[in-house]
Amino acid sequence: VDLSFSSEQDELRAQTRAYLEEHAEPTWPELAELGWTGVSVAEQDGGAGLGFVEEAVLFEELGRALYHGPFFSTIAVTLPALPSDLRAEVAAGQASWTLALGPLVSDLDSADRVAIVGGDGIYELEGAKREVLSTTDVTRPLGVVRGGEPGRRLADAGALVEIRLRALTALALEACGVARHALELAVEHASSREQFGRPIGAYQAVSHPLADAYTRLELARSLALWSACCVAERDEQASLAAAAAKAAAAEAAVEICETAIQVHGGIGFTWEHPLHRLYKRALWIESFLASGTQLRAEVSGVLLDARRDPAPATKTPVAAGQGG
Amino acid sequence: VDLRDTPEEAAFREELRAWLEESVPAALGGYRGGEERFEGPALRAWSRSLHDAGYAGLTWPEEYGGGGKPYTFQAIFLEELARAEAPPHVGVIGLGMAGPTIIAHGTEEQKSRYLAPILSAKEIWCQGFSEPGAGSDLAGLRTSARLDGDHFVLDGQKVWSSFAHIADWCVLLARSDPEATRHAGLTYLIVDMHSPGIEVRPLRQLTGEAEFNEIFVTGVEVPVENVVGEVDGGWDVAMTTLLHERGTLGFALQASLEVQVRKLVALARDRGADPILRDRIAREWIELQALRMTNVRALSQLVQTGVPGPEGSIAKLVWSEANQRVTKLALELLGPDAPLAEENAPYGGYWQYQQLRSRGNTIEAGTSEILRSIVAERVLGLPRSR
Repeated sequence: VDLSFSSEQDELRAQTRAYLEEHAEPTWPELAELGWTGVSVAEQDGGAGLGFVEEAVLFEELGRALYHGPFFSTIAVTLPALPSDLRAEVAAGQASWTLALGPLVSDLDSADRVAIVGGDGIYELEGAKREVLSTTDVTRPLGVVRGGEPGRRLADAGALVEIRLRALTALALEACGVARHALELAVEHASSREQFGRPIGAYQAVSHPLADAYTRLELARSLALWSACCVAERDEQASLAAAAAKAAAAEAAVEICETAIQVHGGIGFTWEHPLHRLYKRALWIESFLASGTQLRAEVSGVLLDARRDPAPATKTPVAAGQGG
Repeated sequence: VDLRDTPEEAAFREELRAWLEESVPAALGGYRGGEERFEGPALRAWSRSLHDAGYAGLTWPEEYGGGGKPYTFQAIFLEELARAEAPPHVGVIGLGMAGPTIIAHGTEEQKSRYLAPILSAKEIWCQGFSEPGAGSDLAGLRTSARLDGDHFVLDGQKVWSSFAHIADWCVLLARSDPEATRHAGLTYLIVDMHSPGIEVRPLRQLTGEAEFNEIFVTGVEVPVENVVGEVDGGWDVAMTTLLHERGTLGFALQASLEVQVRKLVALARDRGADPILRDRIAREWIELQALRMTNVRALSQLVQTGVPGPEGSIAKLVWSEANQRVTKLALELLGPDAPLAEENAPYGGYWQYQQLRSRGNTIEAGTSEILRSIVAERVLGLPRSR
């Protein structure tokens, strides 16, 4: 068992972070140029032929940077529904997508094309009117589509299983990126801001909540990495892992942002400070697709209602003696 | 990133599981911790059979009779032992703390004298660090070690010492230089628990059991060759012991929480749970998976770099609070039966005992307050609070 990143994956993270610190709002073709839109697209379709674990690194870093654009909706959500020629367009930066998983559609302001679920299939939606709604997190708008006709059939509705796992896991990873950023800001502030002649981080009333924030973050991150691994390897634990990861990471991100705001004092409550933007993204993640309460209901259903307990997560060739 | 056991790990796990299935004596099954850690000849025999099968000192170097295996094997061992609800080796203090400290800092004579009987459970060890006036602030300890010719004379009192009532040896930290302050002037000694002047008194705890002891030390003579490391240089040696205490702890804790959560789920299936309790059960299952994957991350780091990652430092903190919530949740599921005890309670009073015992979890082996300060200062780099 090994949950650590390879040196190539660490390198990818460093490059991603450095790029996003330089470029606040990269365009879709720019992301394609970097190879980010084709990470898991097959090499014959112009992609890198890598997997979800590499994409996981990107989701986490894009969350940290509060990236505004159709990456989540295209790569986490729509990609598994796209046939090979359309995946090639994504890898080449010629098209971005979003998929209407519910009445409120993500990234409708920036995605080039829209897909919908109808009957037993997923289709491209043609000729629809888009209405982008205002959202508290201005970097991740939601919208509604009206009218239009189903066009090309993209995939069977069966693809929705993988889509949901990828989307939940990507949101968990983004939440970890958001939370890490907020925690870093809070630690920096607590180390430099002085009151009563000492840095406020020397007071345990400040430092212990930050220690708890770190703890919550590392736990959430472990779940998100586990889930990414399960998704990449199509592990049978993937649906439990994704539900666990999204529930824990979204909640951790919201709470860590709240701790960070509190530790910052007055400045943390201002519009000019970046914390509120991280906080609003965390709240967006918590509510999108399924809330923590809903996801935990799924988990308890498997634990308490299924005929047998799920097998432990550690995979071994031995089936006997597990469960129960 | 790889979720699977390596072929070697899988083979080890399979063999161990089969061995446990046929080897755990019926009298020792359903291990629940507490005083069961010390009880009787059956436990000694069990510990010996663990040794004979090669499972004692898995990560110790082979030259000292250990298995020379990587930490991943120790993790698998602890996981499978807990799943089988089998008690651990009776010599846990020797195996996990005293032994590794002697391997790191001891003389060749000490290694050849003390290590083998730890593995075979022939000799039991305890730890004499905490004192009535020195708990979290260990450097404030006052037990004195006065050099007199070829031996030290020890006077003082130690407390919270598990296994002291059955121990043959104690790793004891004492102040050898009364002029020095704090971390300087401490010496790490191997003390024969059968020496004249040693008196062990059990400390009855709120569960009614006595897992811990006070050790009264009055004029106890300890030969100088029993010093581990340098005279007056005991602090660094003691830190090795504590590092080992926390280093190998994560997987044992995870494995024990796994058993608790599995029993909690069985209890909820048995008795039914409303949607609010179901939500809380799901939370605890998720927390367990998070702890387990955090341990895997810490272990991956340890195996790759030889240095434990920062994730490891939170395992004890997370486990202790999770175990407190899980056991209390179980009492809620028991409803009106919760106040019953022992044979009058469902499941023989298992949950009532576990819930009370869990209150010690956030105090023993580093209080949660100390652990939070460690995370704040050493992991996050916040300014020191004292």
